[in-house]
Amino acid sequence: MTAAAPEPIPVVVIGGYLGAGKTTLINHLLRHAGGRRIAVLVNDFGEINIDADLIEGAEGGVLSLAGGCVCCAFGADLMGALDDLRDLDPRPDMVLIETSGVGLPGAVARSVGLASGLTAIGVAVVADAETLRARAADRYVGDTVLTQLRDADLLLLSKTDLAGEAETAAVRVWLAGVAPRAAVVTTDHGRAPPDLVLGPREAPPAALAEGAVVAETHAHFRTGVRRFSDPVDVAALAAELTAPGSQIVRAKGAVTDLDGTRKLLQVVGRRAAVTARADDPRTEGLIVWIAVDPHPH
Amino acid sequence: MAAFTVYRARRIHTMNPSRPTATHVAVRDGRILGVGDLEDLAGWGPYRLDEVFADKVLLPGFVEGHTHLMAGGAWRYVYCGVFDARDPDGDLVKGSPSFDAVVEALQRRAQATADDGGPVAGWGFDPIYFGAERLTRAHLDRVSADRPVGVMHASGHILVANSVALRLADQLRPGIDHPGVPLGDDGLPTGELKGPEAMIPLMKVVGLGAQLEGADGPGLRAFSRLAVGAGVTTATELGAPFSRRALDAFKHETAQADFPLRLVWLLRTIGMTPAAAFDQAVALKAESSDRLRLGAVKVVADGSIQGFSARLRWPGYYNGAPQGLWYVAPEDLRAIYALGLKHGVQVHTHTNGDEATDLALDCLESALREHTGPDHRFMLQHCQLADAAQFRRMKALGFGVNLFANHHFYWGDMHRSVTVGPERAERMNACRTALETGVPFAIHSDAPVTPMAPLFTAWCAVNRLTASGRTLGEAQRIGVMDALRAVTLGAAWSLKLDSEIGSIEVGKQADFAVLGDDPFEVAPERLKDVPVWGVVQGGRVFPA
Repeated sequence: MTAAAPEPIPVVVIGGYLGAGKTTLINHLLRHAGGRRIAVLVNDFGEINIDADLIEGAEGGVLSLAGGCVCCAFGADLMGALDDLRDLDPRPDMVLIETSGVGLPGAVARSVGLASGLTAIGVAVVADAETLRARAADRYVGDTVLTQLRDADLLLLSKTDLAGEAETAAVRVWLAGVAPRAAVVTTDHGRAPPDLVLGPREAPPAALAEGAVVAETHAHFRTGVRRFSDPVDVAALAAELTAPGSQIVRAKGAVTDLDGTRKLLQVVGRRAAVTARADDPRTEGLIVWIAVDPHPH
Repeated sequence: MAAFTVYRARRIHTMNPSRPTATHVAVRDGRILGVGDLEDLAGWGPYRLDEVFADKVLLPGFVEGHTHLMAGGAWRYVYCGVFDARDPDGDLVKGSPSFDAVVEALQRRAQATADDGGPVAGWGFDPIYFGAERLTRAHLDRVSADRPVGVMHASGHILVANSVALRLADQLRPGIDHPGVPLGDDGLPTGELKGPEAMIPLMKVVGLGAQLEGADGPGLRAFSRLAVGAGVTTATELGAPFSRRALDAFKHETAQADFPLRLVWLLRTIGMTPAAAFDQAVALKAESSDRLRLGAVKVVADGSIQGFSARLRWPGYYNGAPQGLWYVAPEDLRAIYALGLKHGVQVHTHTNGDEATDLALDCLESALREHTGPDHRFMLQHCQLADAAQFRRMKALGFGVNLFANHHFYWGDMHRSVTVGPERAERMNACRTALETGVPFAIHSDAPVTPMAPLFTAWCAVNRLTASGRTLGEAQRIGVMDALRAVTLGAAWSLKLDSEIGSIEVGKQADFAVLGDDPFEVAPERLKDVPVWGVVQGGRVFPA
């Protein structure tokens, strides 16, 4: 028997128009990486300002960040940068790709699918609640902004404090029309629970009871687990977790499929990614999920 | 003792309206001491009369304002274009008029390199001459079943790879879901890879890596030989991203006594903030030499029309293709213009679609309200779809334009029938409108997208013929003088070099295109066939 290929590195593409809050979000995620080695790819360093206190060094166009994270700019060569990431030692646990302000994150996610050793598990789009509708009507960038929104599996609504409650509510109604596929969540000053993007940490099953609420991570978010002692129809489970109206906005876990193969299931908003899973009895048969309360509006 | 050389020519066309034609030009220290008849020049003192050009016609050295060194680098690979072409050694390379001919050309290279066993790569293939049939991996599998094989399309936007190459890149697998990777009936990629994300992983595998770009000494040297063969004495690199290594190679190569070209290398803003780009542009300007000019900035606003990635205004693409892509955010373009005005750095903006041109006009107008920009000379590059109203705004804002005249011949039929339709195809690259509106303009080849050959480019602007023989946009044709001015003084102006080059007059660089015939005497439809003997660059004689 040949050695199993390493699990593909999960990739989340982070999109959104200029000024929407992508940089704030990424700094927040890096600050709360919690031991995960995150590799951030940015179009160019000009578009993101990594907080200075997170930077430990710079060499050959790669910033070394606190906690074993790295950040590099890919310029015109996304595929080359992905290639380089695969060769990093130690391998990153996760890759975040920040698209340019006019980039189309869905197209980037599909391109990740061409790179071996990496899997795009979702597209998170940050949208500025205050300016979103004006941008979407802009003569030059309106169609670009709408495409970005439609690309989103998970839509993180930022600057709701500036927009005010009424506008935020109106934006959510509007979003249901223009981006019906996306799971929409409201962030707090550009900060979302890090696990919402990075994925829940996998914990030993013994520590968790089925369906238990293990943490109140944020006012509107609940976290819990589902256990599966028997093989499960992973495709059906993925469909259930991403069904319209599902309150689950992020999930991650390893289960055994009906054919006996081990699978890693990741849910980001309304997208599920299923990849082969290496043996790891510690986390077998356990899906950790994050749900968002139905919005009061 | 002779202190300078006087060249006698059959005729000299100076592009200086005060003295439009002459028979003699005097050269001292690489510069033009004077132009006129022998009597005019003898007053400068003792001279040596050189008769080498006695039966030749001299024009100012041609200036190619929009090229890529890849035009030189590409010749390391197998030429797969339909049309016959000249390689850097000046040899005629036959075109490949069928898929079989493309395969055979690649097979010859594979046989010649059987010992090395490495990849076999070609370039310049253009599908539009083959109807609906597509070049696929099945064709290239006939070249080799055990070596990676790849062919780059002439547009540079599509690569075709064989099965070995796809397998090496882990791309010959089911389940690929990407708009740039068409799948065959077997669910596997057909071998066509469209757009940079799909192409780049395969480019390395088929050996079309950085070498294709030509941003190194040998690439620049090959490019310079193409330039000599085309009568070009100043050309440009508008695409290669900056690297210190490439700069060092360019410095070394251009400093060689036998290097026949002045290279203008624009700094692309990719991979850096606008502010950092302008700091670097200012610093680079100080590293310029006579034959290597640095310090201007290039930014790309949208994609290409034939690739359907250009931003078009209403009513969009003729065939209903979806709107194209922005490669820069409007806020960033506005910031780039403001910084350019503030630092006195010239900015060249790639716009193809008319919406991208509108954005550039809006951004410059807005930036000019805040910053003064005396003689900013910002340039729109390609600017293929601009209408008359946009040219009037260019004039008002001080934009110059470098139009892609060669496009008519190579893609005009496709623009008419597929991309923009007959009406807009007729106004594409509107040289006549530029001329009558008073917008300073140049015309270009975008080599290697089309071959570098300013006489051909001028012929395109004069005749507006497509490959199928249709005159596309009769009203936009210009005269031979205006077209030749565009490839000399016009392009020199676009690079802020018109005080040094672009015409043959006292004080300017002794840069000449040496022609075997007089372009003003041949029929306008024969302009492209005027033979190029070579060039004089900085007073140094370089036969093609």
